[in-house]
Amino acid sequence: MAKTVDQFFDEVRETRVWRSIFRSGTGSSTLHRALTIQQNVFLHLLSTKVRTRMLTFSATWYLGTLTLGTFLILVATGIPLMFYYHPSVPQAYADTKDLQFVVSSGLFLRNLHRWSAHAMVFLVFAHMFKVFYRGAYRTPREFNWVIGVVLLLVTLLLSYTGYLLPWDQLAFWAITVGSNIASAVPLIGNKIHFLLLGGNAVNANALLRFYVLHCMILPLTALLFVGVHFWRIRKDGGLYAHSSEPSIVPAQAGEKPTSRNSGETLRPGSGQAWGTPNPSKEAQ
Amino acid sequence: MADSKDFIAGVDSNAKKAPRRIVFITRRTSAQVKAETEDQIQTFPEVLFRATVVIEVLAVLLVWIALIFNAPLEGLADPSHTPNPAKAPWYFLGLQEMLHYFPPVVAGVLVPGLVVMALIVIPYFKVNIEAEGLFSKDREGRLRIFYIVAVLLSIFLVWFHVIVALVPTLIIVALMILAAQSSAQSPSGFRRYLAARPLSYWVMTWFLFELVVLTAVGTFFRGPGWSWIWPWQS
Repeated sequence: MAKTVDQFFDEVRETRVWRSIFRSGTGSSTLHRALTIQQNVFLHLLSTKVRTRMLTFSATWYLGTLTLGTFLILVATGIPLMFYYHPSVPQAYADTKDLQFVVSSGLFLRNLHRWSAHAMVFLVFAHMFKVFYRGAYRTPREFNWVIGVVLLLVTLLLSYTGYLLPWDQLAFWAITVGSNIASAVPLIGNKIHFLLLGGNAVNANALLRFYVLHCMILPLTALLFVGVHFWRIRKDGGLYAHSSEPSIVPAQAGEKPTSRNSGETLRPGSGQAWGTPNPSKEAQ
Repeated sequence: MADSKDFIAGVDSNAKKAPRRIVFITRRTSAQVKAETEDQIQTFPEVLFRATVVIEVLAVLLVWIALIFNAPLEGLADPSHTPNPAKAPWYFLGLQEMLHYFPPVVAGVLVPGLVVMALIVIPYFKVNIEAEGLFSKDREGRLRIFYIVAVLLSIFLVWFHVIVALVPTLIIVALMILAAQSSAQSPSGFRRYLAARPLSYWVMTWFLFELVVLTAVGTFFRGPGWSWIWPWQS
């Protein structure tokens, strides 16, 4: 008997193994679709429903999603790159050369990792400015904006620490120029510089430190904050909907508020507010 | 006599306050539930599908770029041979451009530190909450402060020969003067738009403009000894 693909998947979803892995059960009802999000440890960071108008391209330009996309690509390409790389001098440079010329698809992996990193830095900035111009940092989303600033700094550090790893002239002098800025901090500048590099100049110790930061500490930090960043979107009431786009229609039929985007006509005490009886009628 | 419509349900959208739910009960009515008619869509599968498509399009684009353009790789690191100019990664070239004009403690520590602090405090200082045009209230007074700030900033930039940062500043100042001369009744849509921009918009736009210009100059227009070159010279 011929089975359609849908029927096949339905049967797979009914199996005991599938049911034991995914808690949400089967079916395509609204409830089950909500449970798919809610009952999954990763997806439960997201809300089960999203305002339809937030899906339009102009609302967000999908900049947050795109940034996540670059992060995923960077993890996916970064791990195989680690298989071919020793963070030591001068082996690091030889390994990078091997990636360029010897390792199968090594050149492609490195290219993709590098260009995705540049794209991620750009997208994080773009995301920040888009959020600012939409006013999406407003109450109650203040702290999520702060987490976003932390993620911007983590992204810059990720990109900066990765810059040294090829151990070529470009990497060496870019990090030398950048790390010298740390020396300018009053009083403790030289200490910070030493701590960052594991020495007074960019050397093998600096390479090892940057490698550990780049491949372990900073990605884990980023992952942690990205998780909180996503979760806070849900807890703070979903993606910020622009107040200038009227969407909320009063349930009470009849009079509409004259202004939907300012508190003017609805300010408590002005008579037209929530729950405040209309004084003219009260007088009757 | 109170009838069942003795109040109006509305949405309190005072942006300065955290959202609160209020239930109000009157005689002869049950608790009023304010229903939002906002259209919503299920995250699974609709939103996840779109996110996946967006990420896939991005991946395809980046794969094409990776296939066409090779990542740069120069000779082995050599501490005894300094390239001229030695440039930081592109996103720090705005800072490096400023290091050319100001002492490191200013350009490398004070300015980035203040920028990060400013970014963090944005939501806590009720920035841009009411989104009123900068010159819509107390026009004379604000215009006076604006002129003083603009002139002082320009003198400061000229003093340190930071022409690169002066040009974007003057463009923003010119737009702000145009905004001050415009109002909600202006015939041109562009001027009505400018007139409605709040202070935070101007500050952020100035910052964005400076960031882009300084980074672009550092990336494309700086050659040996940090001298000015054109991108087509090399």
